[in-house]
Amino acid sequence: MELQKFQYDNEISKNFAVATMFWGIVGMLVGVIAAFQLAFPALNLGIEYTTFGRLRPVHTNAVIFAFVGNGIFTAVYYSLPRLVKAEMWSKALSKIHFWGWQLIILTGAITLMMGYTSAKEYAELEWPLDIAITLIWVVFGINMFGTIIKRRERHLYVAIWFFIGSWVTVAMLHIVNSFELPISFMKSYSWYAGVQDALVQWWYGHNAVAFFLTTPYLGLMYYFLPKAAGRPIYSYRLSIVHFWSLIFLYIWAGPHHLLYTALPEWAQSLGTVFSIMLLLPSWGGMLNGLFTLRGAWDKVRVDPILKFFVVAVTCYGMATFEGPMMSLKNVNAISHYSDWTVAHVHIGALGWNGFLTFGMLYWLFPRLFNTKLYSVKWASTHFWIATAGIVLYAIPLYWAAFRTYFMMSAFTPEGQLQYQFIDIVQSIVPFYVLRALGGTLFLAGVVLMAYNLYKTVKSGQFVKTEDAEAPALEKVYVKPKNAHWHSWVERRPITLLVLSLIVVGIGGLVEMMPTFLVKTNIPTISEVKPYTPLELHGRDIYIKEGCYNCHSQMIRPFRYEVSRFGDYSKAGEFVYDHPYQWGSKRTGPDLARIGGKYPDSWHFNHMLDPESMAPGTIMPPYPWLFEKSVDASTTMSKIYAMRKLGVPYPKGYEGKANSDMKKQADKIVANLKKDKLNISGDKEIIALIAYLQRMGTDAKTINTVE
Amino acid sequence: MSVLVGLLVISMIISGGFLIAFLWSSKNGQFEDQFSSANRILFEEKIKTKNKN
Repeated sequence: MELQKFQYDNEISKNFAVATMFWGIVGMLVGVIAAFQLAFPALNLGIEYTTFGRLRPVHTNAVIFAFVGNGIFTAVYYSLPRLVKAEMWSKALSKIHFWGWQLIILTGAITLMMGYTSAKEYAELEWPLDIAITLIWVVFGINMFGTIIKRRERHLYVAIWFFIGSWVTVAMLHIVNSFELPISFMKSYSWYAGVQDALVQWWYGHNAVAFFLTTPYLGLMYYFLPKAAGRPIYSYRLSIVHFWSLIFLYIWAGPHHLLYTALPEWAQSLGTVFSIMLLLPSWGGMLNGLFTLRGAWDKVRVDPILKFFVVAVTCYGMATFEGPMMSLKNVNAISHYSDWTVAHVHIGALGWNGFLTFGMLYWLFPRLFNTKLYSVKWASTHFWIATAGIVLYAIPLYWAAFRTYFMMSAFTPEGQLQYQFIDIVQSIVPFYVLRALGGTLFLAGVVLMAYNLYKTVKSGQFVKTEDAEAPALEKVYVKPKNAHWHSWVERRPITLLVLSLIVVGIGGLVEMMPTFLVKTNIPTISEVKPYTPLELHGRDIYIKEGCYNCHSQMIRPFRYEVSRFGDYSKAGEFVYDHPYQWGSKRTGPDLARIGGKYPDSWHFNHMLDPESMAPGTIMPPYPWLFEKSVDASTTMSKIYAMRKLGVPYPKGYEGKANSDMKKQADKIVANLKKDKLNISGDKEIIALIAYLQRMGTDAKTINTVE
Repeated sequence: MSVLVGLLVISMIISGGFLIAFLWSSKNGQFEDQFSSANRILFEEKIKTKNKN
C-alpha cells in the first residue's frame, strides 16, 4: 500500500500551550487577589472594577475557559493529528479558533470587570460574547470532525471519544443555558425565571464541570499519561466502559446543586441518585490511570512529569469521591453555601486540571523545541511547592466550613441562636488568610514553571512541523452485511458539516421550548407581585456588582436558617426573577428576607461604609453607587422585555414607569432626609435600597418559627 | 416546573445520541482490538522520518 506523506503542525499546539501558561498565571493571580480580599477588605481598593463581586467571576472564567480551555485545545491540537495520522483539517480554522478564543477571553475579562454580567455562574459573559463563543466552538468542531473524517487510522483511540463527547455536550449546554433576551448591547435578561432558571443554570453548571473540566482532561490523561510513562493504558476495555458510562450518567446529576432549595423533591432525588452512581465510572478512570504505572513506580520517583500525573489522578479520585458524598442530603446540608464547596472544586481545579496541565506542558515543550527540559530539579521543586499549596489551600477551607456549620446551628439552652453571623465571619477570616497563602504558593510554582519552560525554549529550536507518513485508509471499509450510513457520510465532509448544523439546529429548536413555557410563570403565591421600575433597576445593580457571589437568596428549611434569616423560601416567590439570584456561597448572610429588616438609612450607611453598621465585616464599600445615576432611558426597554418574558406589567406601563420610579425614589430620599442623609433620587444607591427593602416582603406574612 | 420537561428532553437527546454513537462504534468494530489500540499511540515517533525547522 502506498504511503502518504503529511506534516503535523506544531505551531498551533505551541500557541495554545503558551496561552495556557499565560492565562493560567493571570487567572490564578486574580484568584489570589480575590482570596486576600476576603481577609483584607481594603484590597478591594474602593473602586468598582476591582471589588470582589466583579473579580471573582473574572477568576472563575479565566481559570476554567482560559487556562483549562487552552489546555484542552493544546491537547487536542497536539494529540488528535497524531492519533488519527492526519494533519488538522484546516490551518485557517485552527488560527481562527486560536485568536477568536483569546479575543473572547480578553473581552470577557474586561466586560466582567466593567460589570457586564448575566449573573449565572461560569456563564456570566453577556449575550454578544455568548454568540462569539458559540461561533468559535463550531469552528473548533468543524476542524476536529474534519480531521477525524479524513483520518488514516480507522480506530478512534479512547482520547478522541472523550474529545468528541465533550464538544457535543458543551455546545448543547452553552446554547440552552445562554438563552436570554437582550435589552441593549451588553445587557440581557435570562429567558427562564426563578426555580426554572436555577435548574437550567445548575444543569449547565454541573455539566460544565463534567464536560469542560473533566471529560476533555480525561482524554488528555489517556494520551499523555501513557506517553509519559512509556507504557499502554492499564486496561483499554476499562477506558471504554469508563467513557460511555461516565457520559451517560453525568448529564443527570445537576440538581444536586439545589438540594433543600425550592426545587421539587423528586428532581433533587434524581440528581442525588445519579451523583452516587457517578462514583463508579469516575473511580474506574482513576484506577485505570494509576494502574498504568504498575511496574513503573520507580520512574515516578525520578520523573516530575509522572509525579504531576499521579497526584492529578489521585486528586480526581478524591474529588469524585467527595462529590457523590456531597450529593447526599445530610452532607449537603453542611457543605452547601459553605467553604467546603470551594475547597472541593479546588481539589479538582488545582489538583486534577492544574497538575495534568503542568505535566503535559513539561512533557510537550522539550518535544516542540527538540531539546531537554532546562531543569528537571526545578520541575520537581514546582511539584512540591504546588502540592504544599493545595494542602494549605484546602485544609483551612474544610476547617472553616465545619466551623461555620457548627456556629450557624448552635442554639443556647433557651433556644436562641448562639452566634451572630458577624461572629462566624470573623472567626473564619484567619482561615481565609491561610487559604490565600496556599494559593500564592501554588501560583509561585506556576511562575517557576513558566521560567523553566522559557529557558527550555531558549535552549532549543522550534520544530515547526513534523513529517509523518501513513497509508491512506482503504476507501471501502470491509462493510458489515447491513451497510452503514456512516461510511457514506465519512466520505463527504460537507455532508457531515450539514448534518452537524442540523444537530445544532435541533438544539436551537429545543431551546425555543422555554418560550412556550412563559405562561407557567403565573404566580402560585398571589401576594407575589412584579418588581417596581425602581426595584428592577436596583436588582440590575445588585447583579452588576456581583452581590450573588457572597449572598444567597434562598433560605433552606432548617431551624437554624429559619430563625436566623426568616421563613424558608418557596418556589412561588421567584417567578419574576430573571435571572434567579439564589447564589451558591454565603460569605455574607442570606438576603432573601432582608426587606424591611433595617431602615433605609442603615442600608445607605452600610453600602457607603459597611464597617460603620457591621463592625468586623469583610464586605467592601460601594462609594460609586452614590455618584452614578440610574439610566432612566432604559426603564422602558426593561419593562417591555420583562413583559415579553411573562411578567404581568399592565399594557402601556412603560409610559408610566419613569414617573412611578421617581415617586418611589422621592419617598426613599425623604426617608433618608429624616435621618439627615442627603442625596438626589436618581443615584444608584436609591434603586438598590428600593430592591433590598422589597426582597422577601411579599410572602413574609407566613408565620416564621420563633 | 415545565422547564424540567425541556431539560429531560434535551438530556435524553444527548444521552440518546451517545447511545447511538456507542452502538455504532461497537458494531463498527471500534473496540474489538484492544491490545494494539492501546499500544499504537506509544510508537508513533518511529514513523517520523526527520525534523524540519
